[in-house]
Amino acid sequence: MNKTWQGYLRKDGRKGIRNAVAVAYLVECAHFVADKIVRPFDDEEVHLIGFPGCFPNAYAQTMMEKLCTHPNVGAVLLVSLGCESFNRRRLSEVIEASGRPVETLVIQRNGGTAATIKSGRDFVRAALEEIADVPKVEMGVSDLVVGTICGGSDGTSGISGNPAAGRAFDRLVAEGAACIFEETGELIGCEHLMAERAITPELGELIKQSVDKAAAYYAALGYGSFAAGNATGGLSTIEEKSLGAYVKSGEAPISGILKPGDTPPKGGLYLMDVVPDGPVRFGFPNIADNAEITEMIASGAHLTLFVTGRGSVVGSAIAPVIKICANPETYRSLEADMDVNAGAIVDGHMSIDGVADEIFELIQDVAGGETTKSEAIGHREFILTYKSFEPIGPACLPVT
Amino acid sequence: MSAFLKLHPKDNVRVALRPVERGDRFETDEGPVTCLCAVGMAHKVAERLIEKGSLVIKYGMPIGTAITDIAAGEHVHVHNIESRYTPTYHHEDQAESSNE
Repeated sequence: MNKTWQGYLRKDGRKGIRNAVAVAYLVECAHFVADKIVRPFDDEEVHLIGFPGCFPNAYAQTMMEKLCTHPNVGAVLLVSLGCESFNRRRLSEVIEASGRPVETLVIQRNGGTAATIKSGRDFVRAALEEIADVPKVEMGVSDLVVGTICGGSDGTSGISGNPAAGRAFDRLVAEGAACIFEETGELIGCEHLMAERAITPELGELIKQSVDKAAAYYAALGYGSFAAGNATGGLSTIEEKSLGAYVKSGEAPISGILKPGDTPPKGGLYLMDVVPDGPVRFGFPNIADNAEITEMIASGAHLTLFVTGRGSVVGSAIAPVIKICANPETYRSLEADMDVNAGAIVDGHMSIDGVADEIFELIQDVAGGETTKSEAIGHREFILTYKSFEPIGPACLPVT
Repeated sequence: MSAFLKLHPKDNVRVALRPVERGDRFETDEGPVTCLCAVGMAHKVAERLIEKGSLVIKYGMPIGTAITDIAAGEHVHVHNIESRYTPTYHHEDQAESSNE
């Protein structure tokens, strides 16, 4: 059944399901100081994010702008060393224009480590008080942007967790939510199936091209998006992993292609292309699962469904992660980290639709404030690395 | 419920829903097949002879090419199939049949 809940209304009109203070370091040299600033606020919604690189990167700049103005974020503290290339002024202006409290601390000008930690904690304390008064607004399923990812996949992922997540996605799309699935490098072998689901022939062509791009990119690297544990879990090839992963997209028509940071213009199902454009410049496209979770959050995901067979324990900064365990043996050993036991499908105790119902209900409860297992434990993983993208063209989003 | 799941009518492999032993059997249209070695949960077993160079089918779709003849009942994995796209990285001991 469909519920409504009270969300947070931002001045730009977007609605959030969490009300966090983001503390963002703008170069690795400021990471320690930023980390110290957030430590006393472990039990509050104060999340550490950041970009480690010293040299400029347009993608990282965009990602940080989108993350700092995410509807789950109420206020932002920027922590700069001072001499890094990151354009802190522009980032601060974008945050300010969105109507959020923002402050920038420059360690080199602020008296070093101890003084900056003190100023930072003072800001966070004041910001927490200030954002407690953010106006509330009624929200329902149609207001949500939901991402999905699978990580630590094994041979159970494609027969239990991913099909259940896919059916939950179908329900979300039917109710008007925007749903994002991703990792074209893990959809190699599915490109023709996906193209047939595109709402326009041009979009279908672009989907095929995005997968071809991924295959070429991985060929240049010499290996695919396939970890040793995937093989231990019974998967033998990238296309086998792909077919198992693909079912988590459900069966709705595909309304568009996004690149990290592009927000869905309306409800529907969207494919996120996470593989950089142009020649291989910055190494592996998805360095670990959290890199893609971060990218979906930058595209507005309020929360993420994470399907795992081998087992993963991660959450994320900014937006909650719901963990769906595909493998009954893994569920038994990692139960305290798992929100949904899709392994019951493998055991024969639950149907795929039964687990999909459970996921659909849980999404609404989590949106309404119930904490996920990873949130309750305090998981707030975050990773952002160098990439480069060309902007998407109009044929990528024929729905606008 | 059989321990050997057939995901799609076109498939030439079965998926083990739980760890299975050498000698465990499953029914097919061509008669019973005996599992030739112990296989871990979610690993694949050939339902019929898959000839070298032919496609391995799971979910009704090709998941790779057989690099040797694979007998009915044999474990189908990184030691006897390969991707048609990019090579699979795995630890040296992963051609073995169990999950661990």
